Amino acid sequence: MSSENEHTGDTGHGDNHHPAHLAHHFETPEQQFESGKLGMWVFLATEILMFGGLFCAYAIYRGNHQDVFLYGYGALDKMWGATNTVVLLASSLTMAWGVRAAQKGQQKLLLTMLLLTFMGGVGFMCIKGVEYKAKWDHHLFPGTMNAFYYEGGQPKYPEKLEHAIAYIDGRNLGGEAHGGGGHAPAGHEAGDEAAPQEDSHAVEHDGSQVGDEDARHLGSVSPVIIPAVFGAPADVSTIKPPASPADMGVNDAVIDQAGAVSMPSAQHTQVLWNDLSGAEQKKVHLFFGIYFMMTGLHGLHVLIGMVLIAWLFFKARAGAFSKDYFAPVDIGGLYWHLVDLIWIFLFPLLYLIH
Amino acid sequence: MNAHTNDDHGIGHVSPIWMLLGVFALLIFFTVLTVAVTYVDLGPANIWIALAVAVVKGALVGLYFMHLRYDSPFNSLILVGAFLFLAVFIGIALMDTGEYQQNISPPDTVRPVAG
Repeated sequence: MSSENEHTGDTGHGDNHHPAHLAHHFETPEQQFESGKLGMWVFLATEILMFGGLFCAYAIYRGNHQDVFLYGYGALDKMWGATNTVVLLASSLTMAWGVRAAQKGQQKLLLTMLLLTFMGGVGFMCIKGVEYKAKWDHHLFPGTMNAFYYEGGQPKYPEKLEHAIAYIDGRNLGGEAHGGGGHAPAGHEAGDEAAPQEDSHAVEHDGSQVGDEDARHLGSVSPVIIPAVFGAPADVSTIKPPASPADMGVNDAVIDQAGAVSMPSAQHTQVLWNDLSGAEQKKVHLFFGIYFMMTGLHGLHVLIGMVLIAWLFFKARAGAFSKDYFAPVDIGGLYWHLVDLIWIFLFPLLYLIH
Repeated sequence: MNAHTNDDHGIGHVSPIWMLLGVFALLIFFTVLTVAVTYVDLGPANIWIALAVAVVKGALVGLYFMHLRYDSPFNSLILVGAFLFLAVFIGIALMDTGEYQQNISPPDTVRPVAG
């Protein structure tokens, strides 16, 4: 970098001695800066529209299958999600602070802030990794690998399905602010309990809950889940009257006998496998498809953002930026904030389903 | 490199530190709030509260961290435009999805259970 900043924006004419960072099709650094920013905003708009397709899928699917969402989200960990929100917000703060430092020509502070922002990205991805690992451990993969995947009306992976049901039912019973805990039906694979989840809680139930729900859940806590899945006659206690005509006669009395009831979602936040109708049980894997695609695409953006920030860091260290030329920092920052912005919406939609 | 550093001069708006920290504190407050609300059963209102809080947080990020408040309004227009088209997209898709539900036979009645 050399002889810049001898002018303050009024250079419409003296074309021959403009600063090195000013491309010569721009008249002033301001114009160049504003144009770059405008271009970035147009790009960010396309990003929003790209994520919009996934949000649309989410809206339609959740609108039509509320109980599937209430059930599936039991596999997610609210506290990890909230922690990641804070991590990402903090990294947004350091990024904005870094832009400020760049604007003021504070080289050291800029480097520190870029590094902190990068570390925020690392932290976010690590927590995401812990969360994905917990899904992996319980066969909750995206797509046709998911434990809940049905093929030709039958579960594709019956044993994994059994395990995943036990896992999510256990979390849905114990994960909320209720005293009760999960349950482990016979055949539940030992060794997967290592995950930091509520799986291993006692089976006893806190008696202080809403009575109606209590009865329902006590009914489905018993290990009849397995017969219900595998087509043996279900325990009488789990068979509930159909809630609406639409649910009657729908199921092929063998598989879905125990689960033929769809519940009015607003009344309770815990949904167990047997609360889902037969048709809904076959759609649970789609919840994980949506979860993985939304968080996966977002995670990819975090990674891209981290690459950008690393690049900015090395450029800054080489002295590329000054208080007259910091547009890349500003624009990289816009990208990072957009990633944050999208997470701000993903977090309540995925982790805070009620 | 330059001796004189002046906030109000130069390119772009320089956000004061108190503002950055204040916005961050608000964002954290709203994050705690939105998690706390999930422990209260408000029926269908829960999702709308969660979304409203998310919109407020998003606006804070956009206005202050992304400098929209001090930028050329055209940038805000682009962002708002994107959200408007998104709303049209999702809104019409949602209106449509309910229309055919009564014409769809539940899969269990029509499809024989294949092996």
